[in-house]
Amino acid sequence: MSAALLIDILLWGSVFGVGLIAFRRGPPVFKASLREGSMDFINIVPRIALGVIGSGYIAAIIPQEVITGWLGPDSGWLGVATAVVAGAATPGGPVIGFSIGTVALKSGGGVPQVVAYVVAWALFAFQRVILWEIPFMPARFVWFRCAVSVPFPFVAAAIAMVIGKP
Amino acid sequence: MESEPRPGRARKPIGWSTIIIAALVAVSAGLVWRRDGTEGVLEILTHDLSLFGGILPRVLAGCLLGAFISEILPHEKVSRSLGPKSGLKGLLIGTAFGAILPGGPFTAYPVASALLAVGADFGATIAMVVSWTLIGYGRAVAWEIPIMGTDFTLWRIVISLPLPVLAGALGRFVYVRLYPKRESDEDAA
Repeated sequence: MSAALLIDILLWGSVFGVGLIAFRRGPPVFKASLREGSMDFINIVPRIALGVIGSGYIAAIIPQEVITGWLGPDSGWLGVATAVVAGAATPGGPVIGFSIGTVALKSGGGVPQVVAYVVAWALFAFQRVILWEIPFMPARFVWFRCAVSVPFPFVAAAIAMVIGKP
Repeated sequence: MESEPRPGRARKPIGWSTIIIAALVAVSAGLVWRRDGTEGVLEILTHDLSLFGGILPRVLAGCLLGAFISEILPHEKVSRSLGPKSGLKGLLIGTAFGAILPGGPFTAYPVASALLAVGADFGATIAMVVSWTLIGYGRAVAWEIPIMGTDFTLWRIVISLPLPVLAGALGRFVYVRLYPKRESDEDAA
């Protein structure tokens, strides 16, 4: 609760700060960006609505146990590949993602596989992409970004294999 | 600063992504309905509607932040230091920026979108987004350290350090080959 409040204070503080800079450039600049921001907001709201409400349904048909099962003791590169898919398919927010990672570590999942899972989750978690990235960014950028990010959970797992456990 | 014409950030109201997502949602909602009945569908709907109401103010803040930033950032300077010809330095600036950016997805994506609009290329913007998600302190401090522990988190971040620059470099490498003619005009519609 207090963390959420802190985030909001930080967020609106930043808005206020950059708004002040824009205002000092002159009221027309300020008004133009205020209008632009409001228009962006109006355009984005339907997509966010689709993202929030929709990803709830998608999440509901992906049970958490399935994800945990994918992060089993399967070691080697097949295990890494499964972990990457699991990371992208994990429903819900950071609590679920990191909790699944912790459970996998404690129940004998390999460290490189868990690293691949956490990195893949950070890069591709479908709810974040649908809910935030696609509404705010040009669609072409999002697909491009996801495509070029594909190798990197594997790179992270490889580095983890080389340098060893934490 | 002279007032430059704002780059258009016109968005198509409905793109392919929206259509694909809508189809996916319809199928999922259908499956939920078959499994849990109307009650299950409504339960998720009310839960997500309240979630939606809760995040709307942050979305508004994110949009305003993006709009102000793209207005006050000097465009020539951005395209020089984060544009297609900014080299490794541009990728490093993008990475550093993503790592220190406060807030959550409601700040990161509007700011990234604003950078794209004022002259950053795909490479530098990818470096920024990947850096925000992999080495940004916000999520690490709020969620990863409490849940996964400090040792794992720090170690995971160390492993992730090179990734944003590599992702940005790969993005730039692929981009100029995919869209050779668009290299100079960043119309990201």
